[in-house]
Amino acid sequence: MINELLSMNGYGLYVWSSFAFTLLCFTSLYVVIKIQYTKEKNKFIIKFGTLNSEKASFAKSQGTIKEILSNTSNI
Amino acid sequence: MYKFFEPNKIFSITSRAPKYILILFVIVLTIGLIESLILSPEDYKQGHSVRIMYVHVPAAWTTLGIFSTITLLSIFGYIFKLKNFFLISKSLAPSGFIFNLIALVTGSIWGKPTWGTWWAWDARITSMLILALFYLIYLLAWRIYENKEQVYKITSIITIFGIINVPIIKYSVDWWNTLHQPASINILSKSSIHSSMLFPLIIMTAAFALFSLLIFLMKYNTELIKIKNKGLDRL
Repeated sequence: MINELLSMNGYGLYVWSSFAFTLLCFTSLYVVIKIQYTKEKNKFIIKFGTLNSEKASFAKSQGTIKEILSNTSNI
Repeated sequence: MYKFFEPNKIFSITSRAPKYILILFVIVLTIGLIESLILSPEDYKQGHSVRIMYVHVPAAWTTLGIFSTITLLSIFGYIFKLKNFFLISKSLAPSGFIFNLIALVTGSIWGKPTWGTWWAWDARITSMLILALFYLIYLLAWRIYENKEQVYKITSIITIFGIINVPIIKYSVDWWNTLHQPASINILSKSSIHSSMLFPLIIMTAAFALFSLLIFLMKYNTELIKIKNKGLDRL
């Protein structure tokens, strides 16, 4: 049964390599985008931490900034 | 209505959605893989090699859909000066390019047992390769140009030229004698594909669409944080 599923009457190499390539592309793209996202988020947190209290409260009053700060591990 | 597309309003949704979409994508993809690799029947002519269709066709459909969406958003963005439309287009492009690559590579792998060759300069295959080049130029334009107005203009021009290629891809199998088979699925008339093959194809297409939505949201959130980072620098 397993051998039959793997060999697929001689087409196994073509079928499995197509699916493997697709999943590899999915994983690579997800990892790259995730790294970019984490990098930007960390940069934001560091920058926000260096602001004085007046600038920080002004920045915090802006909608998106509030969201970024409240969602530190949203993906 | 345009206020709905403001990043501040959208971010509250886009920042929370990815984790739910990721879970849904994994579930749909698992069902799709079981259906397409185990439960669906083999083709009477092509044998098991027909299973490549379950990754090749959804990838091709999704990449064409994404490019058409990018073009529409770029045109509307340019006409109505909606910068957020450009941001959405930019965030859609990476998954569109990857799906194009998947369609080309899996098509090439499928070509070997079916036509006896990995590659042919056939109308459908060549036009898909041209679309990949348009995606590449579009993505490079965002990296090369720093002036926002310039990049909006250039990316809009790229998509307008690129969209000419989309109907060519669609009708290439009807207009020219190609190695590539004609469409088996037609929305307006009866499809020539059996329901036992159509079901896994629909499931896999849903999985591909969910993945592109996931990547789009993650990329879009990254772009918004990038903008906010620049904003913090100016404070």
